[in-house]
Amino acid sequence: MRQADNSKLLWGMTIDLDKCIGCGACSVACQAENNSAFKDEESNKLRSITWLKIYRIHNHKEFPEYREAYLPRPCMHCDHHTPCVSVCPATATSKDEEGGIVSQIYTRCIGCRYCVAACPYHVRYFNWYDQHFPAGTKEYLNPDVSVRMRGVVEKCHFCHHRWMLAKQEAAYNDQDWEGLTYTPACAEACPTGAISFGNLRDPESDVAKLSKSPRAFRLLERLGTQPKVWYLSAQAWVKEWSDNNMTAKPAGGH
Amino acid sequence: MFPFIFEWDWDLGHWIFMGLLYLVLVVIGVGLHWVAIKTVFEFITGKDVEHH
Amino acid sequence: MINLECDKALYPEGLPRCNLAKFSPVVLFGGALLTWGGIGAVLCLGLGLNQTGMDDYFALGLWIVFDLAIIALGAGAFFTGFLTYVVGKKELKDVINAAVIIGFICYSGAVAMLGIDIGQPIRGWFIFWHANVHSMLTEVSFCITAYLGVLVIEYLPNIIENRGIQKARFGRLLSHNLHEYMFIFAGTGTFLSFFHQGSLGGMFGVLFARPFTFREGFLIWPWTFFLFIWSAIAAGPAFTTLVVSLTEKLTGRKLIPYSVKMFYGKLCGWLLLTYMIVKTADTLYWALSTLPRMGVTFESLYAQGPYGMWLVWLELGVCGWLPALALIIPKVRQNPALLMGAMLLDVAGVVFNRFVMVVQSLAIPVLPFESFQGYMFTWPEAGIAAAVLGYGVLVFGLSYRYLPVFPREKELNRA
Repeated sequence: MRQADNSKLLWGMTIDLDKCIGCGACSVACQAENNSAFKDEESNKLRSITWLKIYRIHNHKEFPEYREAYLPRPCMHCDHHTPCVSVCPATATSKDEEGGIVSQIYTRCIGCRYCVAACPYHVRYFNWYDQHFPAGTKEYLNPDVSVRMRGVVEKCHFCHHRWMLAKQEAAYNDQDWEGLTYTPACAEACPTGAISFGNLRDPESDVAKLSKSPRAFRLLERLGTQPKVWYLSAQAWVKEWSDNNMTAKPAGGH
Repeated sequence: MFPFIFEWDWDLGHWIFMGLLYLVLVVIGVGLHWVAIKTVFEFITGKDVEHH
Repeated sequence: MINLECDKALYPEGLPRCNLAKFSPVVLFGGALLTWGGIGAVLCLGLGLNQTGMDDYFALGLWIVFDLAIIALGAGAFFTGFLTYVVGKKELKDVINAAVIIGFICYSGAVAMLGIDIGQPIRGWFIFWHANVHSMLTEVSFCITAYLGVLVIEYLPNIIENRGIQKARFGRLLSHNLHEYMFIFAGTGTFLSFFHQGSLGGMFGVLFARPFTFREGFLIWPWTFFLFIWSAIAAGPAFTTLVVSLTEKLTGRKLIPYSVKMFYGKLCGWLLLTYMIVKTADTLYWALSTLPRMGVTFESLYAQGPYGMWLVWLELGVCGWLPALALIIPKVRQNPALLMGAMLLDVAGVVFNRFVMVVQSLAIPVLPFESFQGYMFTWPEAGIAAAVLGYGVLVFGLSYRYLPVFPREKELNRA
């Protein structure tokens, strides 16, 4: 899918790690909004469906230099040569020409998991189990978001359905779509306002301004994936842990 | 796979990939048909060959 | 009283075969492995892929390693076909049937295994119908499927040459005509194999966000594209030789002239040697140039979990340079034990390479704050891999018993 160069719309997100308290409201809101399935027993986190996962990172120093921070990680919606889109054999994932959201077509996905292997951020989740919602829980499912089936990959889609609803409402009220914006569930739920969402190409938007801040950085910048999720932190050690450096470092986190 | 499918695009990638694929499939198909037709024709005309 | 030689009429002309009682271990062994795999398949298809040891960090596991390995080892089929029908090396006609059967087993087994590996097997045809021409996996799927068709065409004459079927004039004519025009299918098979062996390597080399597997390359083809083809043709014929030699040992009969084994040894030796030169060069370039630009060091990729430098020495040294240098020495090839040993190391090297490209690359985290993850397959998962082996034993065993697989068998066993 070719990205239109003259598109005035490019959805992006900024997450201020100096404000994030790791409460998990964003993650829970995402799961509730997007009908994320859960298993009876969730101890194996490597098979849990967590579109927005919160990492706890630390600076690997001893007290009193020890510092830690919380890093919520949604899908990065990589802009340049998206690693997952180019590898999907059945064209089940694509980057929208307008807006740049990387979408997933559940009914097309054959579950080969090549995209899961390609993504360095681990944002893609495979349905290892049949989804089942215990008695009483089906009533709280969001009717605007399709449930998935066993054997397909799913991931954060920047609450794309909320944009569809916003467009619908604007059309119903005879309003122009230009300048239309919406708020994903995670940004809405964040109690400290750490998550901002908007149009990166609108110079007046918060995300456009924040992404240009000296505190702004992206994960794995050096790989050239051009994520549309920017993180903000004034702490140098946090930026240091956003990308691999020349000196070998021990892996850590969670 | 076919031009009437939604994803089909008349770009260079499709020309090369599908062009080569269909070329190979046509060669195999023609080869198989030739062998089949020749065998049936020889069978009808009573030809025989040595047992392998 | 059961007549243990009731299938005698189906034996190839003039060749003795053991009675059914002596043959039964082959059937029982193959059947047992297939049963194990069958149970595993029912569990995986019925309950889901949670029956395996894979997870979101190890999205690809034993099956993909096994698939890559057997497709690389099945390259003996296309390469022998190319040398026999296109280049014209007549002496390989003694082993071409066996190579084709082994290739057929490897490719059909791999396709069957992939049918269970994907999350939605019934949607497997979407790769063809909704093909993304820019994905290496699409290329792999098309070429492997088409090549499996070619292998069926190449296997068909051998099946028709069964003594019972040859009694029919139509059967004789069909097998004769297929042989006459086999060069068409061998040629297209070579073309298809070149591309899918390469694309299997390309699948990993294009992952520009995974430093462990990513390689720069030529135009759209990463270096792993060429390295996978090269290693496949360096190990495929060796695998064919090993399988034929094992069959000789089990049956107590000589099946191909030793000169053919030595030819294969020389071929694999020089292919493996040239492969090791380019592989070593590629590894050095990747370690010294590509990786630093991606922000990682070579040492950091081998400092986690059990995947240390020993894997490099094992793959490139013990199973790479050693058999390569050994096989180019005529005295080594003249010694059956050394020849088989070197070929076994050659084959093992390719298997290790595929393992490293899949499992090790997924184990090593890319995000600096992610941790190394371990993976171990489950018994249903292992069962499906074992089923491919069992299937191979059965198909090869039955083919040897009832089909004239080895043209020189009668002559070589005149005692």
